[in-house]
Amino acid sequence: MDVRMRRRVETAAVLAVACIFAYAAWVGLTQAPPDREMGDVQRIMYAHVPMVQMMLLAGTILFVCSVLYLFRASWKTDALAEASAELALVFGAIGTTLGSIWGRPTWGVYWAWDPRLTTVAILLVALAGYLALRRFVDDPERRAVWAAVTAIVIAVDVPIIYFSVKWWKSLHQVQSNPGTVDPDMVHALRWNITAFFLLFIVFLVARYRIALAARMRETTVPEAGPGARQAVAS
Amino acid sequence: MRLPGLLASTWVLFRKDLLVEWRSRSRINALVFFSLATLLLFSFALGPDTALLRRNAGGYLWLALLLSSVLALGESFRVERENAALEGLRLIPVDSRAIFLSKGIANAVLLAALGLLLIPVLVALLDVRIVLSWGELLALVGLGCLAIAAPGTLYGAIASHARARDVLLPLLLFPILIPALVAAAKGTALVFEGDPMGQFPSWLTLLGSFDVIYWGLGVVLFPRVIEE
Repeated sequence: MDVRMRRRVETAAVLAVACIFAYAAWVGLTQAPPDREMGDVQRIMYAHVPMVQMMLLAGTILFVCSVLYLFRASWKTDALAEASAELALVFGAIGTTLGSIWGRPTWGVYWAWDPRLTTVAILLVALAGYLALRRFVDDPERRAVWAAVTAIVIAVDVPIIYFSVKWWKSLHQVQSNPGTVDPDMVHALRWNITAFFLLFIVFLVARYRIALAARMRETTVPEAGPGARQAVAS
Repeated sequence: MRLPGLLASTWVLFRKDLLVEWRSRSRINALVFFSLATLLLFSFALGPDTALLRRNAGGYLWLALLLSSVLALGESFRVERENAALEGLRLIPVDSRAIFLSKGIANAVLLAALGLLLIPVLVALLDVRIVLSWGELLALVGLGCLAIAAPGTLYGAIASHARARDVLLPLLLFPILIPALVAAAKGTALVFEGDPMGQFPSWLTLLGSFDVIYWGLGVVLFPRVIEE
């Protein structure tokens, strides 16, 4: 498949994801019934739940890639780890903000020191540290190893986040999923989970390619021959 | 895995770490005054409300230890970087897990000594009383310092070779330590205030499981951190 053909397929895929996303938002905002107690505020669930799920998915990918990297060094797993760490931070931060907006009218506060909220906050701050580490180390191989080690240490938090609502039964309710919400809301939730998942994949692929290209540039230019550094600098 | 060999080399390296520390004593001196200053600052920042200060004393103790630990951990790898001492350690045929264990335990011992020094200060300054027994307090200080030392040593090794290492170490370490900090501070508060609900063992268990997880991860991952 030549480059132009691939571009077209990619554009079509992104457009399809955008359509699914728009449909899911329309279903969630207009078609699903408002919650009996919470009213329209409950519709935040259709974005909050998928985004936090994607954060956990990205955290899992980060962990798997980091373990794989330590067993067999490859720029591909390193690039995928970087991409998933950034996505985990972005999806987690927006998902948590949405949850916080929902919490104000429902719980009466934006933030509570509930185990679920605390463990998510730990993950987000730790991921910010992870991304800072990546920018503070110049040697790409050392950076990859150290980032992998750091990611594995951070990833201990991911299963704790998932099970926190089951273990402690505190303020945050247990996971909402198509099995636990009202049948009238299942349709909207399913579509939104699908839409956010596809959006996640689009972001992940795009960010992975950028990270891989950056790695290629870092590792190949110095060996390209005399004058290569000057050529890049100018 | 030859465990006796690992233990023997850990012991030798541990003695080396303590000896280096004892020869100069600059780190322990700096840490003592830094942590005392931290305790005083907490009291000044909160104002002279004795009841409030006493209630928060457990949190102050662990915040003072946590802030001091960043200095201690950074310093423990700075002495290795000087004169390329870490390279020398790697050249001798020693299991690099022993380097982690010895450094980690040495850091934990240093922090625990600091913690023991701070407790009488808390008693004098903030008027706390040890309601539960000293044994429980010592167990808490020991497990808590081990909890800071394990990820601290791992991240100290990473940060000591990175740019902006003074920023990086707390940035990596603090979020990971939050569960240990919560458990240690809560447990200490129970030791000072009394434990009518019998919650103390569960906080101690949380701290112990934190230690098991992070010491295990450290032993497995540290060799990859310091390899060339």
